[in-house]
Amino acid sequence: MRGLNRDFGQRNNLLLGLIPIVALILLYLVLAGERNAVNPNDKILPLPGAMAEAMWALVFERDQLSGDYLFWSDTFASLRRLGLGLAISTLCALGVGLLLGVMPAIRATFGMLVTSIAVIPPIALLPILFIVFGLGETAKVALIVIGIAPFMVRDIAAHITALPREQIVKARTLGASTWQLLLRVALPQAMPRLIQALRLSLGPAWVFLISAEAIASDVGLGYRIFLVRRYLAMDVILPYVAWIALLAATIDVLLMLSSRRLFRWAHGSEH
Amino acid sequence: MSALLALRDVWVEYGDKVVLERINLEIEEGAFLSIIGPSGSGKSSLLRLVLGQAGPTRGAIMLDDAPLAAECGPDRGVVFQRYSVFEHLTVLENTLFGLECAQAPLIARLFGARRRRAVETAREMLEAVGLGDNCDLYPAQMSGGMQQRLAIAQALIKRPRILLLDEPFGALDPGIRADMHDLTTRLWREYALTIIMVTHDIREAFTLGTRVLTLDKTRVDPHAPDRYGSTIVYDIPLDAKQAEIEPGKGVQKGTKRDTGAPANDISHADRAPADRSDHGSHDGPHDTPHDTLRDNSITIDKIHNN
Repeated sequence: MRGLNRDFGQRNNLLLGLIPIVALILLYLVLAGERNAVNPNDKILPLPGAMAEAMWALVFERDQLSGDYLFWSDTFASLRRLGLGLAISTLCALGVGLLLGVMPAIRATFGMLVTSIAVIPPIALLPILFIVFGLGETAKVALIVIGIAPFMVRDIAAHITALPREQIVKARTLGASTWQLLLRVALPQAMPRLIQALRLSLGPAWVFLISAEAIASDVGLGYRIFLVRRYLAMDVILPYVAWIALLAATIDVLLMLSSRRLFRWAHGSEH
Repeated sequence: MSALLALRDVWVEYGDKVVLERINLEIEEGAFLSIIGPSGSGKSSLLRLVLGQAGPTRGAIMLDDAPLAAECGPDRGVVFQRYSVFEHLTVLENTLFGLECAQAPLIARLFGARRRRAVETAREMLEAVGLGDNCDLYPAQMSGGMQQRLAIAQALIKRPRILLLDEPFGALDPGIRADMHDLTTRLWREYALTIIMVTHDIREAFTLGTRVLTLDKTRVDPHAPDRYGSTIVYDIPLDAKQAEIEPGKGVQKGTKRDTGAPANDISHADRAPADRSDHGSHDGPHDTPHDTLRDNSITIDKIHNN
């Protein structure tokens, strides 16, 4: 049988997917074990026991200085920034993207501006954001928004522009005004695409969040990683990275499930 | 009686390219007009004119004796070959859309008693096109034929003055297409519709229509192919009843339009259809030699080549 045509079934696919992950973990354990056998105080590849010990303090014990559970306050602060950034970007994409897509005049006027903003590397703007907004939360959220909103706006606008001309004409012949067209034809059809764009933007959004936190912050997942780097504390960095990966994957899955549930029509082959 | 729709000396030009020229046409209420012609002969351009999607470069279009604005409106319904229904709405919601737009300008949604009334109207319409049992399906879950049924129901619920069909059955299987022909004829009679249908299928044009219009170029400048546009070369009224009893009779009533061009100016005369009177006796709408072909999507080009 040709490899291309081979289908293993959902369950086996899951098992197959787990194999390389488990193999990587095993490889790490072997390497860490070897290093620790030579030097029990090795900091570069800590064993799981060391990680659990280090994380225990952060997760379950109050910090002596601030009195917070550092792990949770880091998580909460980062998720808040990320959530705000994603929410603002989504609203921008919906509002601006829809208008750009539906109205040729607005597309002609602002299309080039959006494209120009989109090609600027957002990190290059970070100093400006710090100068304008100060070192507080606003600058960090603004960096996420500037980083992902232009992409999302352009994606939604392109999607709406590509709606079949026939649909627009049909809606007109059914008596739809421009507002009704926007509300009942363009907006609902933009929604699944919006979630898709949001999922694709999650990766960059995390990059901008961690960068902003690394440069100027006093709490947050990115801040903590860059702080403990000074002490080569791989026993904190590695669990933190795994935690970030888990958070990102969970958000992604939630978005995908909500899209399938809310916009059944957009997932034609699956219902 | 004045015509429902009248086109007076209409020209359509895109830049230097003349698409349609000297179109004069009057359509009576209750007519079923089929438009045929080779690819690129401006059939769809003519339909777009009536639809209001584009305005004429010259000339006037009158609907009920009032000039037609170059804008689509609810008095003209349309069914395209594809993309005529909204993917994100169920069958029922698709059909309700026209009513909701009219009755709820701000949110385009109805609630309570008004919604119940609208749903009732929509369900009746869906019964009429044979989709009564499929109200909750999404278009992606339906066959091409069902989608076209839905597109028709969606348009008819607005009770348009004219229903425009742009190759509506071109993408369907032959069997389904025959069903759709029956449906279209039935709806046309029941709802006293006025229909303009553009088609590639000559047999379809003759079986469904009460009048068949042929568009083609009458003049061609080989050095400037876009210099001249298409015009109406044949305007064949068919008496539907008579045509059913005596195939062939209808066609003989056909008149070759005086296109105003001198005969020797027709540099592609070999491509033009032979004069109907030559073989009118055996070339009726139901009795054409082409009927023996099983392919029922004969294009006009093939006839030209005979």
